[in-house]
Amino acid sequence: MKKLRTLLPLSIGLATCFWLQSCNSSPKAANQTATSAQSKLVLTGSSTVAPLATEMAKRYESEHPGVRIDVQSGGSSRGIADARQGVADIGMVSRALKENEKDLQAFAIAKDGVSVILNQANPVQQLSDQQIVEIYTKKITNWQAVGGKDAPITVVNKAEGRSTLELFAHYFKLETKDIKSDVVIGDNEQGIKTVAGNPHAIGYVSIGSAEYGATHGTPIKLLPVEGVAASIANVASEKFPISRPLNLVTKTAPTGLQKDFIEFARSPGVQNIVKQQYFVPATQ
Amino acid sequence: MLNSNTSSQRHSETLLLWLLRGLALISGAILLLILFFLIWEAIPLLQQVGLSRFFTDASWHPASNEFNLAPMLAGTLLLTVASVLIATPLGILSAVFCHYYAPPAIAQPYRRLIELLAGIPSVVYGFWGLVVLVPLINRIHPPGPSLLAGTLILTLIILPTIALVADASLASVPPEYVKGAAALGLGRWAMIRGVVLPAARSGLITGAILETGRAIGETMAVLMVCGNVVQVPHSLFDPVRTLTANIALEMAYAVDNHRAALFVSGLVLMGLIALLVAIAEVLNRGQYD
Repeated sequence: MKKLRTLLPLSIGLATCFWLQSCNSSPKAANQTATSAQSKLVLTGSSTVAPLATEMAKRYESEHPGVRIDVQSGGSSRGIADARQGVADIGMVSRALKENEKDLQAFAIAKDGVSVILNQANPVQQLSDQQIVEIYTKKITNWQAVGGKDAPITVVNKAEGRSTLELFAHYFKLETKDIKSDVVIGDNEQGIKTVAGNPHAIGYVSIGSAEYGATHGTPIKLLPVEGVAASIANVASEKFPISRPLNLVTKTAPTGLQKDFIEFARSPGVQNIVKQQYFVPATQ
Repeated sequence: MLNSNTSSQRHSETLLLWLLRGLALISGAILLLILFFLIWEAIPLLQQVGLSRFFTDASWHPASNEFNLAPMLAGTLLLTVASVLIATPLGILSAVFCHYYAPPAIAQPYRRLIELLAGIPSVVYGFWGLVVLVPLINRIHPPGPSLLAGTLILTLIILPTIALVADASLASVPPEYVKGAAALGLGRWAMIRGVVLPAARSGLITGAILETGRAIGETMAVLMVCGNVVQVPHSLFDPVRTLTANIALEMAYAVDNHRAALFVSGLVLMGLIALLVAIAEVLNRGQYD
């Protein structure tokens, strides 16, 4: 009965369908990759890594006709679970592996940081770690207490289970239960829109998305942490304290197409894609 | 039963009868399958912690085994009731206007406009709410994303549903009733209130049920404007999280017990809808007693 519940048979069936389909539509291409015994790759996991992996997959597909790479986002936990169960060929995880996940193999393809963001209209230029902790636990509820205007603070938090939340909470030594928020958001974009629309809001999002937004006219600003400016450059030089690797994970040592794609994703040739997405190439 | 004789004579009718029976069976089976699947996914957790803990736990922290759904149930009910209370009179009055007050040159374009409104995807309303309505509310009373924002957006989303169904049910009121009322010398409003609305009652109730169902089920727009904090709101300006938003926010990241807890949310939603349909059944039946 348990088999009924796993998606394994279904995904194998789907994979076969796609494989057959690709054979039908381009028999030539299928012959070229026939030696790799597989022409479809499934990546699932972190919504932070997914757009990056999608771009890499597009370029890989154009360089290897007949190969199909399917990228599905759904969070780092899903990346771990799917890679473990074999539902996906490669899992995407936007953090370092935990102790109990060391059975998996991780390959960093980029780095990212988490940045605290404020609305541009907010006069506050920096906050100490302690102040941020007190704001997120509602011990400080007015901007006046940290040198801003007399206005209540709108605390923007991420939904439970998101890796950005885990990284943020881990750095500030907060229990996710202790965080008291006014707004709970899903993805980075929603967080940026929320802070951009509210001059009294404080939030935290992936530094890549934040820097992209700030340099493209969204009225937000990134706060420094421990005096280090929140920027891609400082994540690259490992000066910025809240950062994380973006990993591709596999259950066993990668082989065939799997191995080829991971090598491709770590190669200097795709660094311009990583930079386009405001991440930091891991091989630097 | 009445035409069993004729249908046995006519092959095509027998065929149609069985075809319809088959289709009805499939629809029913699909519903049962969904219900079965929900229960199947939720049962491991229900057996482990029991149903009562979903309403008595300290809070909703599924990662640390706290599964209180009550604030989200409250959020769902408050949002639904508030938006239905606003949208229903607006929708019915809009239909009355369309039928009995507007000149034909206005009534027809107005009807098309409402149909257009019904066709706009709810996520568009949600996006507008996030970038326009929420900052506006924030200026009046922070934080902005709130029960109020959700209610207004939901009202917009369900308004066309009730307006169009009310329109259709007013159109189906027999013209003799209207003529009879006119012959009695009733004024236009007296006729509408005393004759037309009672005659269209069943249709209006159906409309109200449909809009309520839409309000309960709406996810994306509500997720974008409600703030999604798990709490029982104390004022219109407090953020709330609905059961649907809860599933949408956390499903991608949920594994094991957390995932099962989301299926319990789904079951509770299903129970709400079933209750709604039962209420509609009772209301509609009362009409003929």
